[in-house]
Amino acid sequence: MIPELGQVALIGALLISLTMGTLPLIGASNGNQKLMRVGQTGAVAQFFLIAVSFIILTWAFIVQDFSVEYVARNSNLQLPLEYRFSAVWGSHEGSLLLWELILCLWTFAVAIFSKKLPDDFRARTLAVLGWISAGFLLFVIFTSNPFGRLIPQAVDGLDLNPLLQDPGLIIHPPMLYMGYVGFSVSFAFAVAALLGQQVTREWVRWSRPWTHVAWAFLTLGIALGSWWAYYELGWGGWWFWDPVENASFMPWIVGTALIHSQAVTEKRGTFRNWTLILAITAFSLCLLGTFLVRSGVLTSVHAFASDPTRGVFILAYLVVVVGGSLLLFAIRAPGMVQGSNFAGLSRETLLLINNLVLVVMAAMVLTGTLYPLLLDALDAGKISVGPPYFGTLFALLLVPLAVLLPFGFYSRWQEDSLKRLMGELYVPAFVALVGGVATYFLLPTAGGWGIAGVAGGFWIMASCLRYYRERMSSMPGRRPGRSETGMIIAHFGVGLFLIGASLTNPVSQEKHLRMVAGDSFELAGYTFVFEGTRGVRGPNYVADEGEFIVYKGGERVTSLYPQKRRYSSGQVMTEAALDPGLTRDLYVGLGEPLDERGTAWAVRLYHKPFIRFIWIGALLMMAGGFLAASDRRYRRPVSETVKHGAADANLAEAPA
Amino acid sequence: MTPTRKRRLIAVLLILAGVGVASTIAFYSLQENLLYFQSPSELAQQPMPAGRQFRLGGLVKPGSVERQGEGLTTQFVVTDGPEEVTVEYVGTLPDLFREGQGVIARGALDDSGLFAASEVLAKHDENYMPPEVADALEESGHLMPSKDEG
Repeated sequence: MIPELGQVALIGALLISLTMGTLPLIGASNGNQKLMRVGQTGAVAQFFLIAVSFIILTWAFIVQDFSVEYVARNSNLQLPLEYRFSAVWGSHEGSLLLWELILCLWTFAVAIFSKKLPDDFRARTLAVLGWISAGFLLFVIFTSNPFGRLIPQAVDGLDLNPLLQDPGLIIHPPMLYMGYVGFSVSFAFAVAALLGQQVTREWVRWSRPWTHVAWAFLTLGIALGSWWAYYELGWGGWWFWDPVENASFMPWIVGTALIHSQAVTEKRGTFRNWTLILAITAFSLCLLGTFLVRSGVLTSVHAFASDPTRGVFILAYLVVVVGGSLLLFAIRAPGMVQGSNFAGLSRETLLLINNLVLVVMAAMVLTGTLYPLLLDALDAGKISVGPPYFGTLFALLLVPLAVLLPFGFYSRWQEDSLKRLMGELYVPAFVALVGGVATYFLLPTAGGWGIAGVAGGFWIMASCLRYYRERMSSMPGRRPGRSETGMIIAHFGVGLFLIGASLTNPVSQEKHLRMVAGDSFELAGYTFVFEGTRGVRGPNYVADEGEFIVYKGGERVTSLYPQKRRYSSGQVMTEAALDPGLTRDLYVGLGEPLDERGTAWAVRLYHKPFIRFIWIGALLMMAGGFLAASDRRYRRPVSETVKHGAADANLAEAPA
Repeated sequence: MTPTRKRRLIAVLLILAGVGVASTIAFYSLQENLLYFQSPSELAQQPMPAGRQFRLGGLVKPGSVERQGEGLTTQFVVTDGPEEVTVEYVGTLPDLFREGQGVIARGALDDSGLFAASEVLAKHDENYMPPEVADALEESGHLMPSKDEG
């Protein structure tokens, strides 16, 4: 009976979202306050209902209700309690429900925190979010109902994919979705502004903190995914250019471009059209990502064609959202006020270049991801695009980004001189040179890209530090606020990431070998001694656990216990063991036993320097995003001119 | 032409040139990194030249997995029914690699027709089960996992 209540709650939420999508729009067009307020009430009610239905599904997992098909497929009697929570979003139906829950959470947050916005603008924003939610709920209810029953009821369930039985996977999807779905708010703001012809500088100011928060969550989600893949897949890699990863990376790239473009629009009034386009594109790519991951096209285009309901639904949804918003843009854009002019060398130009490079980068990832699908759909052969395609192009495009990045925040709006910038930046340039030369001598295997990456990272980090020190020594009233501090922290993170990403691969050492108890092997100055294996038993698996003692220069560094697990459902999984460190990770993976008695094993040993820089860098980017979003500037009340929805009085002095 | 317009024209030309260069590099890089997927039957009809990288996919023929001596070299046969190809791989095999299961190997044929793999991937979906098997289970309403291996 209870699961049916969850279903009823979903249908109730659908009705509410449809109401939210219509009444406030009517209210906004004829100034009816009552109708406009439906948006807020609806957002609260919708969030409540979806939360109820989510809790009901979670409850079904906790009490092991195998009469619910989704539970029976993704859980079993032996599954530990903590993984019964993450099993809720371990597969298709539940992860869509999580998507919807997070969308409702964002909508709820917009309803609560946007009291200072003009009523009509808020009503339109909530209406757009209502439409997005309605589309998604239709999808969940008609194609992916998580509450479907299994008759007769199963005695025991299958199992949650063992790869997903890991603490990292408990938080990775919610964080990723917070980012993914968060871009729906930037999107809703853009569409609402177009609908009400309110594409003003204030509009961008309202929209910016939301974009920052969504971007920060997406950064965290991607970083968690990469970290999880690193230690859980057992192959020591941190990024595979896999279509599923690309699906979340594309919105991130465009979201990054959006953040920079919004800065220009807010401060100078320029790039308005471009900011709108990017807001629409970022969310469209989030939907495309959902489509790619959830429709089954990635496994095989033909699998998608044989069971097309889900895929076709998201595809149609995508077409409506992208097509509709672009059409609206085409109708409204020509009438928009242009911003002020800027010179060839100015912060505007540098941010424009940043945007161009990022968009090209996103297009490159998109091409590499979709091209194989296109060929497969045309029956032109099954191909895959090798990681070197992405790696090479990504590295090439990072060069202009990294070189120009410090110029971006050092330069002045409207016009600047190269001479002045050079005067500011010769110290960081020198630091970069020293870093590059030091790498050449200290890490001979780093190679060209490794040296370039370290130099680039030092160049960015030194510029950040110098800039921050200068700004902190200015007059008390003009010291950097949270927004500027956040920007510095995030860019410092970019520098750190660059060093980690470019150095880890060339400097890492790995060895696949056969080891018998008592064998030892030296890798990168560390001696790994294999002490043998023993049987261990977990809550829902049995495992062979190897013991490796690691020595360096005769001293014991650590002991590592990698496992080869066999889950009760018969699935086998490697649980790698690692000793993390700021400058290096030691990593051991157990392969398969090589003889009948189980004394000889295939073993993978890795020494991975600087890999932590990658995630620490990403965490700094995230922290910078959150800090910037909390700036007081974004909570200033709305000026009177904007409340009337008038065009920019404050920009009238700046004709195009 | 006014100075502003001239500046804009230069800016637009520079952008176009940049995007042009980027797309050219992207195009060539894509061409270089395309890997074709072949089944043993397709390979029998149209052999790949030796040394050319591609991906070979099929089922691991039961009883064909053989370890060579003391090292990490493994040989196995990939089949799709009518045709088969022998694969040699040095390294540790993925967790899901098993006889009778789907597998994808990346590598190239050598002169003797042996496929030297540089990477072996075992195929799986998010439920760790081929869709047909899952469907069959669903039809019977029989969701009990097989315990024979545990």
